[in-house]
Amino acid sequence: MKKPDFVYVTYIATTPEQVWRALVDTDVTRKYWADPGEGCARVNVSDWMPGSRWEHQRVDESRTVDIVGKVVESDPPRRLVITWARPADAADEAKHSRVAFDIEPYGNGLVRLTVAHDELADDPQMFAGISGGWPKVLSNLKTLLETGQPLPH
Amino acid sequence: MDIDKVFKALADPSRRRLLDLLHRENGQTLTALSEHMDMTRQAVTQHLQLLEEANLVAIVWQGREKLHYLNPVPLHEIHDRWIGKFERSRLGALRDLKKKLEGGDDEKA
Repeated sequence: MKKPDFVYVTYIATTPEQVWRALVDTDVTRKYWADPGEGCARVNVSDWMPGSRWEHQRVDESRTVDIVGKVVESDPPRRLVITWARPADAADEAKHSRVAFDIEPYGNGLVRLTVAHDELADDPQMFAGISGGWPKVLSNLKTLLETGQPLPH
Repeated sequence: MDIDKVFKALADPSRRRLLDLLHRENGQTLTALSEHMDMTRQAVTQHLQLLEEANLVAIVWQGREKLHYLNPVPLHEIHDRWIGKFERSRLGALRDLKKKLEGGDDEKA
């Protein structure tokens, strides 16, 4: 792995299985994953097998796909690695960045979730969107798993 | 994570300076950070340790290099706790106005 551009860490009072489910199960994802700029929820759609495609979709009538990529590694409930690109760049893997989710039991009933995003350097616009987006997604995820309630957004 | 640790970690100008340095360039080594700090390497190590315990700094090992990343997730949780959805755009406008009038240096704010 190259030097990450961003690393985000959150400690959540839950189980690794619940965190994994929150990342891949659209019924859970839609409760906490929203775009900072726009109101509607987002989900990640895939069969989550290595080599498969995944899509980041809006949960509205348009079902617009904003981000696409491939599943690189899938080791439930420990590690998920995906590539990340605009739909227009889906076929050009040189333009894909990479996101690694690591889920580790931390003791005292806590799980440490680390999100590392790398290979973004050539895309300042994506860089800006992502640096605002991940902290929000992760703090919403923590709130949902610890309280059962998503934040009112 | 203990919110007291976050506020204690932030209640020190040297530690805020370290976060500013990481905000400017993420993923730095102790050596690189120490160059910008007017204190011993040991003192910088201790400040980074407190920031790490507060989860404001995340560590990634790259071979034998220990890289420090600014982790804004705890700050986002604080933000969400006291700032409502409908206040954000007005607060953004106020911040922009203040920056424009004052010349926009975060440490003076």
